[in-house]
Amino acid sequence: MINNSKTGMTLIVKTITRLTVGLILLFGIYIILHGHVSPGGGFAGGVIVALSFVHLMLAFGKDVAVAKVSKNMASNLESIGAMMFLLIALSGFLGGSFFLNVLAKGSPFDLLSAGTIPLSNIAIGIKVGVGLFAIFLALVVLERAK
Amino acid sequence: MMLYFLCLVLFCVGLYGVLRKRNLIKIIIGLGIMEYAMNLFFVLLGYRFHGRAPIDAKDQGILNMVDPLPQAMVLTSIVIGLAVTALIISIAIRIYERYGTFDITKIKKLKG
Amino acid sequence: MKAIDIIPLFVIIPLAAAFLTSLAGRFIRRSSEVIIFIASLALLGFSVYARFLLNSAPGRILVYKIGGWVPPFGICMVIDGLSVFMLVTVNLIAFFVAVYSLSYMNQYTDKPKFFTLFSLMVCGMNGVIVTGDLFNLFVFLEIASIASYALVAFGTEAEELEASFKYAIMGSVASAFIFIGIAFLYSFTSTLNMADMARILAYKQNVWVIPFVGVLFLMGFGLKSALVPFHAWLPDAHPSAPAPISAMLSGILIKTLGVYSLIRIFFNIIGSTHGYLTILMFLGVASMLVAVVLALSQWDLKRLLAYHSISQIGYVVLGIGLGTPLGVLGGLFHLFNHSVFKSLLFLNSGSVDYAAGTRDLKETGGLGKLMPVTAKTNLIASMAIAGIPPFNGFFSKAIIIIACLEKGFTGYAICAVIGSILTLASFMKVQKFVFLGEIKDKLKNIKEVPFAMLFSVVCLAIICVLGGLMLLPSLRFFLDDAVAVILRGTSYAGVVLEAASK
Repeated sequence: MINNSKTGMTLIVKTITRLTVGLILLFGIYIILHGHVSPGGGFAGGVIVALSFVHLMLAFGKDVAVAKVSKNMASNLESIGAMMFLLIALSGFLGGSFFLNVLAKGSPFDLLSAGTIPLSNIAIGIKVGVGLFAIFLALVVLERAK
Repeated sequence: MMLYFLCLVLFCVGLYGVLRKRNLIKIIIGLGIMEYAMNLFFVLLGYRFHGRAPIDAKDQGILNMVDPLPQAMVLTSIVIGLAVTALIISIAIRIYERYGTFDITKIKKLKG
Repeated sequence: MKAIDIIPLFVIIPLAAAFLTSLAGRFIRRSSEVIIFIASLALLGFSVYARFLLNSAPGRILVYKIGGWVPPFGICMVIDGLSVFMLVTVNLIAFFVAVYSLSYMNQYTDKPKFFTLFSLMVCGMNGVIVTGDLFNLFVFLEIASIASYALVAFGTEAEELEASFKYAIMGSVASAFIFIGIAFLYSFTSTLNMADMARILAYKQNVWVIPFVGVLFLMGFGLKSALVPFHAWLPDAHPSAPAPISAMLSGILIKTLGVYSLIRIFFNIIGSTHGYLTILMFLGVASMLVAVVLALSQWDLKRLLAYHSISQIGYVVLGIGLGTPLGVLGGLFHLFNHSVFKSLLFLNSGSVDYAAGTRDLKETGGLGKLMPVTAKTNLIASMAIAGIPPFNGFFSKAIIIIACLEKGFTGYAICAVIGSILTLASFMKVQKFVFLGEIKDKLKNIKEVPFAMLFSVVCLAIICVLGGLMLLPSLRFFLDDAVAVILRGTSYAGVVLEAASK
């Protein structure tokens, strides 16, 4: 499927994409997970994750990317990401206040620290990643429809 | 002060694009320039001379940092701008489907 | 949970409903309708409960600290007389509109998406009302605005897309002005909490920044509330949306995003001076007269109603701009009344569109016999908007006119009377061409609309008839608390910060 020369760009672009797309995805996930100790976070990481899928779509054509994440799945994941974020915020009520950080804070600059903030970053990362991909997909589908 | 003035100039370039251009896509680009100008302005408001990025790291004090609050707000504003731009572009594409043109002088089914 | 924990629920419930409808609506048929009904009913219940909670609160104010962070460092949510007044208005209309759209939206595909955007809009409006932080207000304002841009284009017909594009561009420019205003205020006061900002501004008087920021906010919120020099988008955007959304946009969105934010910033943060009040009154009178004259020549039912929205917003702004207790009372009361009868009129225009398939006044006629309930509720709403006693519009307009005379603005009072007469004239035209006269042949076999739609319009009509009772001494506290908050001016800061420090 991937080597089908009818869709997408030239062989050079496809080869380079195959080599880099995994790294881009990994980098996005790294940014999301380290959001509370270094610059970046859910939104920036989510954009990078979305870009890896957009990259795939530009190089190999729409069908390959849609086979990985379909439009319905993107919408569902987006809603799930938003609900996760809301649930994390609601969990603050356990400690007495909306958005309260109820988990143990840990020591600063550790990966496992800062209570609910990494969890919120993951929720935002999911939402932004699939959300941006869905926007891109919607615009491309619109273009095909005319 | 010069920097703020340049932001104003950039803002006016964007406003000119929104008000004077006839092509839908150029209007959207003008809107984008306006948004960049105002975000730039807000970030510059939080800048202090010889300040460093507001990142808390090991073994470093919090002295001499630039104001982090405008940066957080500008990030929010960029996200809002992204949403608005995506929405307006999709509307513009749909308009192209219906009218077959991007020229606003030809898109006038609504009267006054 | 403590009683005060209901304050964030005004944002949580619609936000959760928005994402649940889009998720569950795809798997379970009709689940989105159940979710939206429960959510809007719960919001209405909570806002009425908040009103009674406020009666027992010290200083008639409730401050909720998000995440336990004390203001001015954290974001706080404030409920005072004015907020709760707006909350009840917004959630009342939102509930009836939600019930109405259960049936009405059957003509469109993809109901779950509609309800997602609808509850995001409600979330934005409730957020604007309860927040105590200026940037947070901007974010919620944008949530409500973006949802409304998408909803105006929901039908994706050529006219709707064109109107939505116009609305989105104008709305974005307005947001840009508001954002720059906030940036200036932040650089000047180094805080974003509205109460803290008011406290700092109070001892930094007579600087060029304040009038400049005032003009920026006046442009931004003036565009959002469609006062007359900034009104060009409204007559296109409001008629193009589906009828329930027209009711939401005209009934509450322009009031929450425009008038409420304007009041909060000018009266409670910057502090109202003679200059601002004069500008507000002038804009109010201009909107009142220009829009009503333009409305007279319209033949599209919804477009006519949209022009009347501009005109009636003029009454609200005129009343509030007077700055006297009586004027502000009249303005706020008219705000409530207008949201009731304008939503009712738009819902009725939707019913006519639903049954007859057209909303051109030249093509309809004689529908009064075929749709008796719609005709009667429309008559009630028309008389209310024109200010005929004993409907609610009469009382609020009378209060505004008396307040004008009391302060010596006889000219403005005369303008208000003229506006009212022209409103009556254009609604007599609506009644004549839609509900009276001969039935056209192709409209012979239309029926009255389904029950859910009738339920909403009848309930709103009952509120129109009984609305005047809100001026009774035992029910006045609802309006009086809101008026007290506006007249308290910048001492709002002290009250909020004291309540927050507990």
